[in-house]
Amino acid sequence: MTTPALFIDNLHKRFGGLPATRDVTMRVAQGERRLVIGPNGAGKTTLFNQITGDIAPTSGAIYLFGADVTRLSPAQRAHRGIARTYQIITLFQKDTLEHNVMLALLGLSRRRFDILRPLSRFPDMRAAAREALALVGLDGAADRTVSALAYGEKRRLEIALALAQKPKLLLLDEPMAGLSLEERKSVKSLIASIPRTTTLVMIEHDMDTALDLADAVTLLHYGKVLVDGSPQAVISDPQTREVYLGV
Amino acid sequence: MSRASLILALTALVALALLPFYAGEYFINLASQILIAAIFASSLNLLVGYGGLTSLGHAAFVGVSAYVFAWLTTHAGAGPAVAAAAALVGATIVACVFGLVALRATGLGFLMITLAFSQILWGLAYRWASVTNGDNGISGIPRFSPFGLSLDGAAAFYWFTLALCVIAFAAIAAFASSAFGAALRGTRDEPRRMAALGHDVRLIRWITFVYAGFWAGVAGLLYVNYNKFIHPSAMSITNSAEGLLAVIAGGSGTLAGPIVGATLIMLLKNYVSAYVERWNMLLGFVFVAIVLIAPDGVIPGLRRAAARIRGGRK
Amino acid sequence: MQFWIIQFLNSLALGGLLFLLSSGFSLIFGLMRLANLTHGAFFMVGAYIGASLLRQRVVGMDLWLAALLAGIALAALGGLLERLVLRRLAGNSLGQVLVTLGVAFILSDACLLVWGGDPIPVPTPRALARPIFFAGLAFPTYRLVVIVVSVVVAVGLHALLERTRIGAMIRAGVDDMPIARAVGIRVSRLFTAVFCLGAGLAGAAGVLGGPIFSAYPGLDADMLPLALIVVILGGVGSLAGAFVGSFIIGAIYTFGSTLFPDLAYFILFLPMIVVIAYRPEGLFGRIAA
Repeated sequence: MTTPALFIDNLHKRFGGLPATRDVTMRVAQGERRLVIGPNGAGKTTLFNQITGDIAPTSGAIYLFGADVTRLSPAQRAHRGIARTYQIITLFQKDTLEHNVMLALLGLSRRRFDILRPLSRFPDMRAAAREALALVGLDGAADRTVSALAYGEKRRLEIALALAQKPKLLLLDEPMAGLSLEERKSVKSLIASIPRTTTLVMIEHDMDTALDLADAVTLLHYGKVLVDGSPQAVISDPQTREVYLGV
Repeated sequence: MSRASLILALTALVALALLPFYAGEYFINLASQILIAAIFASSLNLLVGYGGLTSLGHAAFVGVSAYVFAWLTTHAGAGPAVAAAAALVGATIVACVFGLVALRATGLGFLMITLAFSQILWGLAYRWASVTNGDNGISGIPRFSPFGLSLDGAAAFYWFTLALCVIAFAAIAAFASSAFGAALRGTRDEPRRMAALGHDVRLIRWITFVYAGFWAGVAGLLYVNYNKFIHPSAMSITNSAEGLLAVIAGGSGTLAGPIVGATLIMLLKNYVSAYVERWNMLLGFVFVAIVLIAPDGVIPGLRRAAARIRGGRK
Repeated sequence: MQFWIIQFLNSLALGGLLFLLSSGFSLIFGLMRLANLTHGAFFMVGAYIGASLLRQRVVGMDLWLAALLAGIALAALGGLLERLVLRRLAGNSLGQVLVTLGVAFILSDACLLVWGGDPIPVPTPRALARPIFFAGLAFPTYRLVVIVVSVVVAVGLHALLERTRIGAMIRAGVDDMPIARAVGIRVSRLFTAVFCLGAGLAGAAGVLGGPIFSAYPGLDADMLPLALIVVILGGVGSLAGAFVGSFIIGAIYTFGSTLFPDLAYFILFLPMIVVIAYRPEGLFGRIAA
């Protein structure tokens, strides 16, 4: 068996007295596409925040390709190949799309400590940024400012920032939230086109769209893993029906 | 930099370089003070405007640099060149240490910590009389004479200050427009995202803090050489606040803003203080007025007005 | 022995005064996310008002009445500042902090204009001027009284916060403002009330500190950083933090001044650095400043 891309071992997180993550153990294989579902407040985003290092777990450990990253900062984890998108859009509103993606590229480049040369002096990075924008169909809008974008375009830019980094593990936090049916289809095909060299973990409420992207599904409820397995197995599990589908 | 602003900057520079030929000594000295204040405000702008870190203790670095220079030249018999180097090293080291602690916080916490820090140094300058000569200050400080040139004349000192000022602005402008500067602005706008993208947010802020502290130290060096005297009030909250007001009034996060702001404030200080000795009160009123009326500063305000006029013509 | 007793009482008296000053600062910060840099000036204006009232020898005017009047005057001034200026900048915490700094400069210069540059001593109430003798040692009575007053105020504030309706509202606001709003607390009035309370406490503290410090230009700049350090140390919005922090800083400052007179100010760094490094939210704080 090969090393899993992501191995979460017995993770606990308490906020004050309230448990947000309880005894979560998860194994995501390399190249796998995992869907994480659960009702609001199930602890999905809290789990993501622990994987990226925004929040420190109370106990437990997180392994990335076999290496313990539990104590690493978010930036260090990004350098190990984790990238993420946000449920609440988190972009550099006053800057151009190209600048946004270049900041993503800069984060992993030694040039981020260059205090003399401006970004415009790096044509290779600029080309790479345009390439990433083309992936999400925004190459025509590279020079526009983010604040001028439509909501659906911002969602795609979120993904472009992450894809530009060519991550080994990509965490997508509700990439289709607030999108129209049409837009959801295009985001779906965008996600489907992500190469298998990138392992994917995705939180998504829209099961109809997300389910057939997934190799496996994890159901979280009150911070606990309730059901874990193939999409069909999870969907047909009575516990899923009870807590999530409300049947 | 656009072509127009480049031409504007060069014209201004030529006018400034020729100033001693058409202005009297009073104006030459006033211009020197404005240039020093402009360096100080520009260094602070890196933190306030580009980093989103509002410091109320930036004058501490002016004071440390000035006191190190004053003490070494008057008490330790060091030459001005050695003392100047030591002063900049001193200011930079203090910035390294302050930055480590103050940057544990952001926002109001950062502001409170930097204020407390600088007030502690200010109090130290008053009390540690055996070194700082307390409330009497240190006087009789010699000016440095680079390459054997005396800077005792108003014009000579002014030209020297202008030269250093050009270097300082170039260095600060390059820093702000660089790839690092782009990352710095990123940490101001979306620190969490920047961290997730692999940027070391605290390190970026710390490097900026130290760099800004160094250039404030350069301003302090010029300040002590200009006055040939140093007093604890150089580190007072009034001085930090003047710098901050220059940044905000001129427009934080723009390269020209702090220069404009520093000029306005120094002119105001010189002319109004000539008639009424109520500079602190006036400074207070200007603070309140700027925040309430022109919170994003004079330059963006003018630019908005200009855009409106241009838009009207079309 | 006598020397150390006096130093000890001095440190406690300074701690008590710092508590009167910083408890208001801390509550205002905790509730309104507003770093009120006018607080040192409120203290100084209080000291000057006290000095004036007592020197006018108004019939029946004693220190306590003067403290009460100064407290009321500054509460009114604080209320005006909050209603007329700070209110307009709601949500803009940087703008608010700059305005309070501007007002601090104005007040400080106004004091200089009105009362001049020389320190004005505030007489110790005659009944408290003589030390108490106990076991062959002299205890400065006024300082003992200041300590008792500050503890009484601390108990009173604690009771106000824990036992009354308005206290419950303040606590709710400090912990979670959106929730407090949502459950129908009239946040706007609460802000004004707390700001007045903090300003009033600072003004009264200025009068009580008068016999110890007297009123002088720069008193504001001496007191504000001490209050900031207390709050950084104790944690914003926490009464217990302000209390413990005040006495720690009072002790460090007093004994520091005695043992290392040159470096007393510098020693204040140490507790601050330790706390910021290991507990950025302060000893008793729940929120990072």
